[in-house]
Amino acid sequence: MPEEMLRIKDLHAFYDESHILHGIDLSVGEGEVVTLLGRNGAGRTTILKAIIGLVGRRSGSITVKGIETIGMPTHRIARLGIGYCPEERGIFANLTVEENLLLPRVIKEGGMPLSELYQMFPNLQERRKSMGTRLSGGEQQMLAMARILRTGAKLLLLDEITEGLAPVIVQTLGLLIRQLKEKGFTIVLVEQNFHFAADLADRHYVIDRGVIADMITRDELPSNTEKLNHYLGV
Amino acid sequence: MELSFQTVMSQVMLGLNNGVFYAILSLGLAVIFGLLNIVNFVHGALYMLGAYVALLGYTMLGPLLGKPDFHLNYWAALIVAPLVVGLLGVGVERTMLRRLRKFDHLYGLLLTFGLALIIQGVFTNYFNVSGDAYEAKPEALNGAVNLGFMMFPKYRLWVIAISLLVCFATWFVIERTKLGSYLRAGTENPELVKAFGVNVPLMITLTYGYGVALAAFAGVLAAPIYSVSPVMGSEMIITVFAVVVIGGMGSIMGSIVTGLLLGMVEGFTKVVYAPASSTVIFLIMVIVLLVKPAGLFGRES
Repeated sequence: MPEEMLRIKDLHAFYDESHILHGIDLSVGEGEVVTLLGRNGAGRTTILKAIIGLVGRRSGSITVKGIETIGMPTHRIARLGIGYCPEERGIFANLTVEENLLLPRVIKEGGMPLSELYQMFPNLQERRKSMGTRLSGGEQQMLAMARILRTGAKLLLLDEITEGLAPVIVQTLGLLIRQLKEKGFTIVLVEQNFHFAADLADRHYVIDRGVIADMITRDELPSNTEKLNHYLGV
Repeated sequence: MELSFQTVMSQVMLGLNNGVFYAILSLGLAVIFGLLNIVNFVHGALYMLGAYVALLGYTMLGPLLGKPDFHLNYWAALIVAPLVVGLLGVGVERTMLRRLRKFDHLYGLLLTFGLALIIQGVFTNYFNVSGDAYEAKPEALNGAVNLGFMMFPKYRLWVIAISLLVCFATWFVIERTKLGSYLRAGTENPELVKAFGVNVPLMITLTYGYGVALAAFAGVLAAPIYSVSPVMGSEMIITVFAVVVIGGMGSIMGSIVTGLLLGMVEGFTKVVYAPASSTVIFLIMVIVLLVKPAGLFGRES
């Protein structure tokens, strides 16, 4: 078992009066790629938001590399080395592409320099003076990924990065995730596209109504298709 | 009626002088509204407070400290007043406004309106409502400059120049620097900016402090021109809010340009039909609201 990057114990999360997560336990080892599967509204996005501290209230325990974060403000959690790519990508309309890229603070050494990112995503360099939301959906997704690779964060929380994108771009993203895994990044993926996730992930957590319903490793996947289809309501 | 170039230009220049006050005050309001989503009604009172820091620093601070010969001079007041008022703003944001962030911005408006009434009430109680003269205008800014079409007071020229400089420097920082990109991003999606490792609550506090410091700066600039009185802020702020509505809430360049233009329009109106000069801005506001409700530079949402 690799060293533990993220451990969540008995996590409850609330938005105002609504109780969304009801005691989540999960752990992610360093260098692992783990997906959170489940139907819409099961609480997968909320788990990612709770890790980075963007829910109204949370209780339980979340440790990042052994450091307890449950009482920390969001910006300090992020500085522990977490890169967050939100659903809808979160590209800023009032910032140019380059300003979007440079926005997240560099938190650790070992992030990719701007020149390397431009090499990886030549489109972004071409359009670096355009306003962020002028880019196509696919380009915006690349931008959302690129900007968290600059910071030196080693734990990436990626929320529905393939949503609404053309197959060829989904393929590129799959390739990118694989490269990142080889480089030793730890990745928690919320994904609707099961085939995309199945190809990449070491383990899958199935979330249902705010609790973990099941955990399936890559090897167990073939024998569990039926169960999984039932969970996901396919 | 004869409109000579000279009369028009001299009134327009005086209008521009008022316009820079509108610009600097509405700029502060725009910056605060952008990031805090609060209509800062206490802005006028803090402008007045800035002028009083300058006045009292000159007349009363020395005796108070037991050194009757000490006077806070004009140049020092230009630094000290924004600092004092800025710190006060930081305290207000930390202790009061921060608690209102979750709620509708109507609550922020009510709170700051209440604060404005309190500050103005206290000053009305202790100081002369018809105003006190500020006697510490520096020697170097006495006299007039020949602009070709008129003799223009040196002090007013200084006010126009330094205000434009401060306005455009603020614009530059917000629109063209890294720090500004945090502010713009924070205006759009503060939660995500936190997730990128930026201490957004601190940024909000400092932004509020800067916004109200601008008001105090304008107050010091105004002190040698207008008499310093407890109601100088409430008189000014009504016009400034009209400027903000015309320009569109939250636009940085919009608030600067609108402030300057409307000052000049006011000046021009004085030549054409003087009695209308105090209402022309409100007339423009009505027309703009009818034609473009989000304001000239505002985005429809």
